[in-house]
Amino acid sequence: MSDHNGIILSVNDLKTYFQTEDGVVKAVDGITFTLEKGETLGIVGESGSGKSVTNLSVMRLIPEPPGKIVNGDIIFNGIDVRALSIEEVRKIRGKRIAMIFQDPMTSLNPFLKISTQLMEVTRLHLGHSKQQARAHALKMLKMVGIPDAESRLNNYPHEFSGGMRQRVMIAMALSCDPELLIADEPTTALDVTIQAQILELIKDLKERMGTSVILITHDLGVVAGMTEKIIVMYAGKVFEQAPTKELFSTPANPYTKGLLKSVPDPAHEQGAELYQIPGLPPDVAHLPPGCPFAERCDRAQDICRVEYPPFVQINENHHSLCHFAREVYAESIREGGVK
Amino acid sequence: MIPFILRRLLIIIPMALLVVTLTWGLIRVAPGNFYTSEKRLPPAVEENIRKKYGLDKEWYEQYGLMMLNVVRFDFGDSLKYSGQSVNEIIKRHLPYSATIGLLAYLLALVLGLTAGIVAALKQNSAFDYGSMALAMLGLSVPNFVLGPILVLVFSLGLFLFPPARWGGISSLVLPVITLAAIYTAYIARLTRAGMLEVMRSDYIRTARAKGLDEKTVLLRHALRGGIIPVVSFTGPALAALLAGTVVVERVFSIPGLGNIFIQAVQNRDEPLILGIVAFLSILVMVFNLLVDISYGILDPRIRYE
Amino acid sequence: MAENVEIIKGTSLGRDAWNRLLKNKLAVFGMIVLGIMVIAVIIGPSILYAITGFTAEAIPADGNLISSFPPTWQHPMGTDEAGRDLLARVLQGGRISLMVGIISTIVSLIVGVSYGAIAGYLGGRIDNLMMRIVDIIYAIPYILIVIVLLSFFGGPNTPKWITAMSDLFGGAGNAGVSQIFLLFFALGLVSWLTMARVVRGQILSLKNQEFVMAAKATGVSTPSIIFRHLVPNALGPVIVYATLTVPSVMLTEAFLSFLGLGVQAPYASWGSLCADGIKNIAIFPWQLIFPGVTMALTLFSLNFLGDGLRDALDPQTRKF
Repeated sequence: MSDHNGIILSVNDLKTYFQTEDGVVKAVDGITFTLEKGETLGIVGESGSGKSVTNLSVMRLIPEPPGKIVNGDIIFNGIDVRALSIEEVRKIRGKRIAMIFQDPMTSLNPFLKISTQLMEVTRLHLGHSKQQARAHALKMLKMVGIPDAESRLNNYPHEFSGGMRQRVMIAMALSCDPELLIADEPTTALDVTIQAQILELIKDLKERMGTSVILITHDLGVVAGMTEKIIVMYAGKVFEQAPTKELFSTPANPYTKGLLKSVPDPAHEQGAELYQIPGLPPDVAHLPPGCPFAERCDRAQDICRVEYPPFVQINENHHSLCHFAREVYAESIREGGVK
Repeated sequence: MIPFILRRLLIIIPMALLVVTLTWGLIRVAPGNFYTSEKRLPPAVEENIRKKYGLDKEWYEQYGLMMLNVVRFDFGDSLKYSGQSVNEIIKRHLPYSATIGLLAYLLALVLGLTAGIVAALKQNSAFDYGSMALAMLGLSVPNFVLGPILVLVFSLGLFLFPPARWGGISSLVLPVITLAAIYTAYIARLTRAGMLEVMRSDYIRTARAKGLDEKTVLLRHALRGGIIPVVSFTGPALAALLAGTVVVERVFSIPGLGNIFIQAVQNRDEPLILGIVAFLSILVMVFNLLVDISYGILDPRIRYE
Repeated sequence: MAENVEIIKGTSLGRDAWNRLLKNKLAVFGMIVLGIMVIAVIIGPSILYAITGFTAEAIPADGNLISSFPPTWQHPMGTDEAGRDLLARVLQGGRISLMVGIISTIVSLIVGVSYGAIAGYLGGRIDNLMMRIVDIIYAIPYILIVIVLLSFFGGPNTPKWITAMSDLFGGAGNAGVSQIFLLFFALGLVSWLTMARVVRGQILSLKNQEFVMAAKATGVSTPSIIFRHLVPNALGPVIVYATLTVPSVMLTEAFLSFLGLGVQAPYASWGSLCADGIKNIAIFPWQLIFPGVTMALTLFSLNFLGDGLRDALDPQTRKF
């Protein structure tokens, strides 16, 4: 499945909590995963599931009041990220781990030209002079497919369309040829047609530059063609993790099944109602005992509401957090794959 | 940008004329006259006065003549200070007001911006609470209370500064501080709020994610957006500054334009009133234009056409 | 996320905001001090008169040349130049200052809200025109006009319709009272502009929402839509701005009274008391300090309250 070139990122039992007026919000409550070199990992979940917080934690971008990483190991290429000083973390940010965010309009500084924003990364991390940085920025813009890059270099973010802005963000992120790219909902704010282009771009660049990628999204359709491995998150916990193909064909978790069912299938009968998982994501500040998904789950039993589910290992690479993981898995096999 | 500036400049003159008309109208509609006093004047004397000042003509004639002159920037002579033209008087007294006004606003900017930025960076610290409490005080103590108290303490009590006199730097200190107080308060609060909002925004998170240190994040990325509220504030602030200088000139006996204006109003000195009103209106409008231009320079998303 | 905010409407929003306000210690402090001040100026003069027989106007005829006395037990704030008890004057002055502040703000509220709501709702060319007018008026250094207005139309020159109105409210032909009424209008006209802008902005963002279309569909008339549906929902920023307008108007009134153009004798406002007090500051500093500090304290409370309201009604601006 994936080349065993080594593990580039290992996150173990990560817990990031926030102190708010309403109490302690356990945004991320015990996440464990690994990412291998050259691999693309998808993290899927609804809003509030903790997916963004996980990745901000990896780069230690969590604002210290009110947030705090209370537990866990984050090992990047053998380096214990939590043990680093802030200056050392800054040397990694932008250079070895880069991040692109959801809304390129608000994620780019509206007051600065994109040349400034592109150049400052290489000037900082690679010691480029102004001319070198400028030439490099130009090269990056061309690489991400910005037409007329020469003159557009002097433009401001608002002078670009949404898709172009995201390309600029990607150019900025990949400027120093980072080992890991974290893409936090890179296409959510874009039109559907542009979405496909951006994903293609990420895929293409990843292959060219050998970058490992973490792709965060709420949209299962996005991860289908892009990732080798997927983690499904809910209420700050990993609900299921599996290789992509296996997750789609034989999910072992009711939540995952619900998500898969919600993806509209054009091949389905016309006029059929779209499926939606009933209810809303839970208030992470006031989680009920037992399984956080219990009140929305269509196969919840009494035990689900009372007892916290176990993390069941289905096979070597496939785990699911559910009292009935094996049953759900068996059912999926019987159904011959959901799609 | 240029067509925008030109359009704004062109509109200033008609606007000023409108203000002059309005003021003239108010003056003429009001009962009484500049020459009215407790004593009743003998009718012959009154007749002479009216003829001398052209008051015997029809109102529209008078208005027309006045406007004709005004357009040529000729406001005539003061009624009270005979022989002195309005323009002369304005020219003579303007430097006092301008000096304390500009110095006060500069002081307010320097102190306010610094305090606001530091307070935003060290949110919820002792400095934050302390400076914001001080700012509240600055907003709440009227300048005609602050001024005399400062005089009481520093001039009459500690003999550090002269209470009321013009000459030398030391006589400027107390008036400028008194005038600057409320603006320092506003600017500190606006800067703090603006910086806090900017620091919470996504592009600051991006800047940090790129590995930039906090100083660069602050100076290169946050500052431009954070001070925009202060720039917007400068427009109305300068208009309010006029009122402030009037008080300060009173309290510290400074022969500035504010004092002259009040006296002109009390003396019903029509030409002088109109002249000062026109002059100050133009000044305010020009300043507002400068503020809008700065706004356009600071924020590249704003494009005037 | 935006949907959640819309669901919380009506009473829930009010109660929610009220709770937040109460948690803000400074705002509560402001409310308490303000409450004390308001009660003091309403019943204070009567109590003082009952206890000591002093009023703001009474001048003891004791033939002394110098009547200004520093604070003593008999006169907790001392006396002014004419021998009048300063505490009584400060309380009286407070009545007038607060009243002028509140009523002028109400005037500017009425004018500003109506203007802004109409402009915002009607939109298009009418809105453009109305806002252009606001821009034009905004560019004028208003304070100069107000000074001219008060000076020329004050005192014996007060227009008949204002004296008529003041007589209606018990002024009984008193020049001092009609001057105060003149002030209501003059000051109200200073702050309505920004109020109009605020309201218009709110209306613009509200008017395309569903409940307006529902009202229109059921045939509700335009004025009704504006005033019964849109305005209540735009209330948040309006309340905040109104609370912040009161101290601003009070400062302007004090400024005018300080110049002798505002409240006239025998009435006093804190501004005019300060003006009197400055004359003898070197020898009788308390004559300025007491009214000055009282006024500053009141403005302080109003500002804290206004801040608290702003934080309570718009959580985005909260510290975190």
